[in-house]
Amino acid sequence: MNPESKEVLHRFLRNRLACMGVILMIVLAGFSLLAPVATPYTYDEPDPLLGIGATPPSARHWFGTDVLGRDLFTRVLYGGRTSLMVGICATAVSLVIGVTYGSVSGYCGARTDTIMMRIVDILYALPFTIFVIILTVVFGRNIFLLFAVIGAVEWLTMARIIRGQVLAIRQQEFVQAAVVLGYSKARIIFRHILPNALGPIIVYTTLTIPQVILLESFISFLGLGVQLPQSSWGLLIKTGAESMESYPWLLIYPGAVLSLALFALNFVGDGLRDALDPRHTRRA
Amino acid sequence: MRPFFQLCLAVSLLLLSGTACSKREKQARPDPADAADTAKILRLGNGSEPQDLDPHIVTGVTEHNIICALIEGLVAEDPETLDPVPGVATRWELSADGRVYTFHFREEARWSNGDPVTAHDFVFSYKRMLTPALGAPYAYMLYLLENGEAYNKGTLDDFEPVGVQAIDDRTLKITLAAPTPYFLAVLNHYSWFPVHPPTILQHGTIDQRSTGWTRPESHIGNGPYVLASWEPDQKITVTRNPMYWDRATVKIDEIHFHPIGDHATEERTFRSGKLHVTSTIPIDRIAHYRDNQPDLLRLDPYLGTYYYIFNVQRKPLDDPRVRRALSMAIDRATIVERVTKAGEDPAYHFTPPGTAGYQTDARISDELGEARKLLADAGYPAGEGFPSLKLLYNTSDAHERIAQVIQQMWKKALGIEIQLENMEWKVYLDATQRGTYDIARAGWIGDYVDPNSFLDMWVTGGGNNRANWSNADYDRLIREASTTLDPTQRFKTFSEAETILMKESPIMPIYSYRSKSLVDPSVQGWNPTILDHHPYKHLDLK
Amino acid sequence: MLRFTIRRLLELIPVLLAVVTVTFFLIRLAPGGPFTAERNYPEDAIQRMNEFYGLDDPLPIQYLNYLACAIRGDLGPSIHNPTRTVNDIIAQNFPVSLELGLYAMVFALLFGLASGLSAALRHNQWWDHLVMPVAMTGICVPSFVIGPVLALVCGLHYGWFNVAGWEEPSDRVLPAITLGLGVAAYIARLSRGSMLEVLPQDYIRTARAKGLNEGQILIRHALKNAMIPVVSFLGPAAAGIITGSFVVETIFQIPGLGRMFVMSAFNRDYPLILGLVAFYAVIVVFFNLLVDLCIAWLNPRTRAHTVA
Repeated sequence: MNPESKEVLHRFLRNRLACMGVILMIVLAGFSLLAPVATPYTYDEPDPLLGIGATPPSARHWFGTDVLGRDLFTRVLYGGRTSLMVGICATAVSLVIGVTYGSVSGYCGARTDTIMMRIVDILYALPFTIFVIILTVVFGRNIFLLFAVIGAVEWLTMARIIRGQVLAIRQQEFVQAAVVLGYSKARIIFRHILPNALGPIIVYTTLTIPQVILLESFISFLGLGVQLPQSSWGLLIKTGAESMESYPWLLIYPGAVLSLALFALNFVGDGLRDALDPRHTRRA
Repeated sequence: MRPFFQLCLAVSLLLLSGTACSKREKQARPDPADAADTAKILRLGNGSEPQDLDPHIVTGVTEHNIICALIEGLVAEDPETLDPVPGVATRWELSADGRVYTFHFREEARWSNGDPVTAHDFVFSYKRMLTPALGAPYAYMLYLLENGEAYNKGTLDDFEPVGVQAIDDRTLKITLAAPTPYFLAVLNHYSWFPVHPPTILQHGTIDQRSTGWTRPESHIGNGPYVLASWEPDQKITVTRNPMYWDRATVKIDEIHFHPIGDHATEERTFRSGKLHVTSTIPIDRIAHYRDNQPDLLRLDPYLGTYYYIFNVQRKPLDDPRVRRALSMAIDRATIVERVTKAGEDPAYHFTPPGTAGYQTDARISDELGEARKLLADAGYPAGEGFPSLKLLYNTSDAHERIAQVIQQMWKKALGIEIQLENMEWKVYLDATQRGTYDIARAGWIGDYVDPNSFLDMWVTGGGNNRANWSNADYDRLIREASTTLDPTQRFKTFSEAETILMKESPIMPIYSYRSKSLVDPSVQGWNPTILDHHPYKHLDLK
Repeated sequence: MLRFTIRRLLELIPVLLAVVTVTFFLIRLAPGGPFTAERNYPEDAIQRMNEFYGLDDPLPIQYLNYLACAIRGDLGPSIHNPTRTVNDIIAQNFPVSLELGLYAMVFALLFGLASGLSAALRHNQWWDHLVMPVAMTGICVPSFVIGPVLALVCGLHYGWFNVAGWEEPSDRVLPAITLGLGVAAYIARLSRGSMLEVLPQDYIRTARAKGLNEGQILIRHALKNAMIPVVSFLGPAAAGIITGSFVVETIFQIPGLGRMFVMSAFNRDYPLILGLVAFYAVIVVFFNLLVDLCIAWLNPRTRAHTVA
């Protein structure tokens, strides 16, 4: 490990909140991955003793059971598998496309910028619902398609934000210097400009993940995505919201677990931002 | 952990206030009438926004609920039994062969602009309904008329031979293609309602759609109420029709129809005292009302069946033994008690109970042992080698729950794995219409109270026979029943047909519907009726 | 600047054309049509209705016909609601969504900026640690949870507001909060983040060294640059908000445009989908133009580049 990354790691580890976030994420992901052994129940069968019907939290069912008598804790764990995967993969897709597109558009400017941004405008306006319905019919249910669809929607705003940042940064002296030194465009964008736009990128990424997780429930409604009786946090929260007055625990527990994951993520994001800040490096 | 703790705290506070809320409310739900001063205003939740109010164009229940206030047919409905009672016609005669009805109009029947309602108006209306270029979706309802089908299909250019004639201004003669015992009941379907000819012609031609004549400023009707305002997605207001012949019976001054599509929103609006009647109840709230406010809750038998269709052209569903095994292996009682929860009746045959006194011995058994044996006979002992079929349903909370429970029941009872597949509404419709599915969820609501409304759909090539099932004996029996005059014999024939239907099981009946609503105690005369019709002129507010 | 604006508005033409063209052919690929119903319409009836709406012509002809009408400003009839034209629907429903959207935006901006900036100025102090979790909660709790909870608590329990409807002025409050809360949370996160980026920059230090007072530094120098990501986000977000939200309009029974976007797709109401998509495209382009003007104004050095 080179001294620079060591320094970054050191700064990150010094941030207590960030470390806690990492631990929390590991625990959540671990529980979700180990769901089959972490719980004595299955995600699709009603409790044989209680039968079909919602029961409030108890020693037997920590999170209670859902309207079909299934252990909610188990469904939350299994749901975590889907949601964490969707959250991470779809966000990664949107991040890669959005950052590349936005920075190229912002850096090249002029006509390239105009055309690239008008394409984004067009994509913004296209009817998303219809788009998803067609994909469902053409390709059938497919979890990878789900990542692609969500990623393809979410990158638009990311691209606009990055472009805005790049427009501002490329006027700064150190970029001009890099240009004078004759560095390639790619090198200038990825080595000089993007590290300085890291803050908004990380913040917006942490904002995208919850959006993606909730968007999944709408896409599942249209027939793409998660198929019942499998679960996801988005679906659990959506169905929980529909019966929030009668069976509040069906909303509270999935909601609390999702929030927990997002807080953790957020702390990690903030920690990363502080640790990677190039100005710290320069000062150090 | 602090944020988590905060969240828990916040949520529990919200819930506390929620429970406190429901307790308080039990004593005092604001009275919807408070808002209105002296005028009696009935506020109804009415599901979705109506597409149109033209009785010849629309097809939905929400539209029906409003059109009934605005237009009256030849006969009206008894508020309790829905039996035909005098409407525009005061009396009628039926010829000995059961094919010719003669209706005598009341003198004081008026359109809302003061024009008398004449037999010629009905002839015009039926001509409009059957005019091919109008493309009325329910035109086939008028195929009961002699030559009605030929005129609508364009094989007959002249309307003269069609079985509807105005003998004079106040006498209408209707000649049917065949004797139809349920004809008077059908007359209360809006496809048989009259429209005001001068209004139609003023806004366009007889075969022109969406001319705007149904806007409040131009709408002319002959019912107990007139259309006063139409605010899309907010409400439709109807007020007393001063020209209505039976205006003395009408007690409520105004009816407001609120198109609240979201069930939970509708329920909250009802609780806040802004609605007298809701169009439905969220499933999970039924228990609350049953336990705490049973006086508000109405769960009444409704002429409809919830069922699954098997695509009989796909293996292994082409084998009746497999279909019957699947149908026998589900526990209908558990589904209605634990899942749908509104007091629905488990359905062991397709026609719902209470269909005009029709009784049948046709029944799908619920013997698990027999189901397993049938499946084994079909070559899948204990579900071995059974292909992974897909169960298709349109996305909705209730369908999801039922599908998941049935998936489990099949797995446990027969050892077979079924995949669930939810789809958006129109994609689901498209798949069932094309027959590109294995098993699909469906529901059927009767148009009129007669077994025919349920059984004639399964004849070979029937427009709604989405199982693509065909049985010559069944077709013969349904044809036979349609020409049988003796009611006992007719029902017996239907029962025989239904026995075949259950033996072959192209469909798996699950339960008979209930209409679910919350009704404010101040509403008088909201009777349980099998079609969920509530003739407005008989209602009152206390 | 004026030339730039005019050029951008001219760019609207190809954008609109592309959006309408893609959508026109895309929606025909979706299974089911406007006349696909639970109870099958007879073939003849469907044929007649197709003729009436011109859906029986070859697609390219339909496309040209549509463009010809649309250029004259006639977006055609709504198939699902035959008593209203697409122009009617936009004219009646958009003002409602616009009004609600403006309240929501004002709420979101005031709330979001105040909490985001104050948190940034007290980076890693207790205020920061208090405000940011609240903002995160605003992001994780979706509007289909906040809406009903607000209706239950403020509407039913306390009786402060109507639980649904759009008649009295007070009916605007709950939906505006529901709609604005999520955006406020975004603004708070983004503005805090970028403020933290900007504060340690050289030019802020230079300004401080020059002895300018702290308030001036913050507003003139720091805030202006810190607003760039917020403004970039706000462009599309504002376009979305003022054209209405399906969830909020459904929960509070509001006759806005948001529900129409989703319902028109579900109903396969082709002319309405096209009309709304085109309308939305205009709004998106307009707001992104505003954003670019704002960015140019916030950071004059980019002006030469963007607004050339």
